[in-house]
Amino acid sequence: MAMLDVTGLGISFGGLRAVDDFSLKIEKGELYGLIGPNGAGKTTVFNLLTGVYKPSDGVIILDGKNITGQKTTQINKEGIARTFQNIRLFKELTVLDNVKVGLHNDYPYSTIAGILRLPSYRKQEAIMKEKAMELLKVFDLDKECDYLASNLPYGKQRKLEIARALATNPKLLLLDEPAAGMNPNETKELMETIRLIRDKFDMTILLIEHDMKLVSGICEELTVLNFGQVLAQGKTSDVLNNPDVIKAYLGDD
Amino acid sequence: MNKQLKDNLITYGIIIAFYAIMQTLSATGSLSSLFKGLLVPVCVYTIMAVSLNLTVGILGELSLGHAGFMCIGAFVSAFFSMCLKNSGMNSIVRFIIAILLGALVSAVFGVLIGIPVLRLRGDYLAIVTLAFGEIIKNIVNVLYIGKDENGMHLSFTDTASLNMSADGEVIVKGPQGITGIPNDSTFTIGIIVLLLTIAIVINFVNSRSGRAVMAIRDNRIAAESVGINISKYKLMAFAISASMAGAAGALYSHNLNNLMAQPKNFGYNMSIMILVYVVLGGIGRIRGSIIAAAILTVLPELLRGFSDYRMLIYSIVLIVMMLFNCAPAALELREKYSLKRLFGKKLKKEEA
Repeated sequence: MAMLDVTGLGISFGGLRAVDDFSLKIEKGELYGLIGPNGAGKTTVFNLLTGVYKPSDGVIILDGKNITGQKTTQINKEGIARTFQNIRLFKELTVLDNVKVGLHNDYPYSTIAGILRLPSYRKQEAIMKEKAMELLKVFDLDKECDYLASNLPYGKQRKLEIARALATNPKLLLLDEPAAGMNPNETKELMETIRLIRDKFDMTILLIEHDMKLVSGICEELTVLNFGQVLAQGKTSDVLNNPDVIKAYLGDD
Repeated sequence: MNKQLKDNLITYGIIIAFYAIMQTLSATGSLSSLFKGLLVPVCVYTIMAVSLNLTVGILGELSLGHAGFMCIGAFVSAFFSMCLKNSGMNSIVRFIIAILLGALVSAVFGVLIGIPVLRLRGDYLAIVTLAFGEIIKNIVNVLYIGKDENGMHLSFTDTASLNMSADGEVIVKGPQGITGIPNDSTFTIGIIVLLLTIAIVINFVNSRSGRAVMAIRDNRIAAESVGINISKYKLMAFAISASMAGAAGALYSHNLNNLMAQPKNFGYNMSIMILVYVVLGGIGRIRGSIIAAAILTVLPELLRGFSDYRMLIYSIVLIVMMLFNCAPAALELREKYSLKRLFGKKLKKEEA
């Protein structure tokens, strides 16, 4: 059974059909890429999957469960976590606290326990800290755990966002242009990190990216979106050699 | 964690030191009666500032109706004390229940008002909270409650329409408010409530719920994406803030004989005054709020000797404090001469 099964997804904003008849199937543990020209509707697809927008048509099934039209918070609890194209960290919180916020729903001690510092607070906070530090270590951020998130360099902010998303213990991870604004070295490092996440956490990953080196380097399958519609879908090498895709997106030289 | 603990201990230490000094001074008789009269108000306004800081600094929403919650706490607790005034109950026990009741009812109103208000953001939220603050004050001004052998009587027009029997007692008399409230507020209780307030705020901020609230403040969309229930935590912070304002109101009302809801004590002027304490003390900084509120409560009274120039000096102090806290040059200077530098600032230097 597929981890994510989307059929006939569509949304209109007034007269604009931003995404139309979008279908996608991602198997468990797969690294899947979503590419296409600017304004093709890639981020809109992410927003539909995470419940930021309600789809006008279509069905989204995550791991056998229909999650169409649910709220963002609920969808996260069902198992989809995401990062954002323009980094959205909790800037005034420390790096450690950013990840702890991601662990929020897994350690549900009550507010009263928190205010009175009851044993449940101490116990769960200790586990939270341990788990958060473990995650930060994977991303090589453990030394910076006391820094404010806004004081991290750009590349590390991207990593922290991924760490925070992983803290919610998702089944499916959505990465929205993780390599945006990175230099070739950072991109290379990021590729390794993404592969590492997939292997270490046995994660299914869907990513939007413009960096073709990254896409062809790590994605196993691709979907190309153009004007809200699927232009091509399939194995990475096949898709990248598809003449339609070359014409619409890659450009021939 | 260690650094944070140290920070909190300093905050508690300042208050306890302040309490000790004031108690010694008043025991040796070197405290003027004017100053003695200010001790409870200092506690009241410090609690108000700390609680508003929870809404403005931690939740990140500008509320201009905080005095309204103080008004609710003041009237509910005073009414309770009046009802039990002649019951022979121990005055301290009665006062503690009165404070808790004031806090509880304020929290309930915090939730009721918070549900519609917290759907708004920014300036709109500020305007609507301002309106709610005024509404509370004006309703209290037309409220008449009396007690006789048949039970409670309530009216929104005048004393006559309460239809009381001859030996009944009118407790809340509209614009004249409540008279003859037992003077239960003492400096000691004030300080205890203040310490409790600070402990609640600090512990809340460092718990899972507090982190969720700050996450919402920093980035609502991201908070939603990691599964945080936005309305729940916003409402929670708002209600806790309101309940502490209610406790402050209880302290305030039991420090007076006649409690009336006037523009100068529960109007928007007071709400903005409290906001001034918070802003000058540093938004989101608990200790700053305490110091700013204490200084700015005492200052106008100390400056009475200057008569006409009083408000002039007061405003100069406000401007100086603002510069000290916000002007880039002043911040640089403070940075240069501060003993311990924050971690984040260090990082910036390493990069440069």
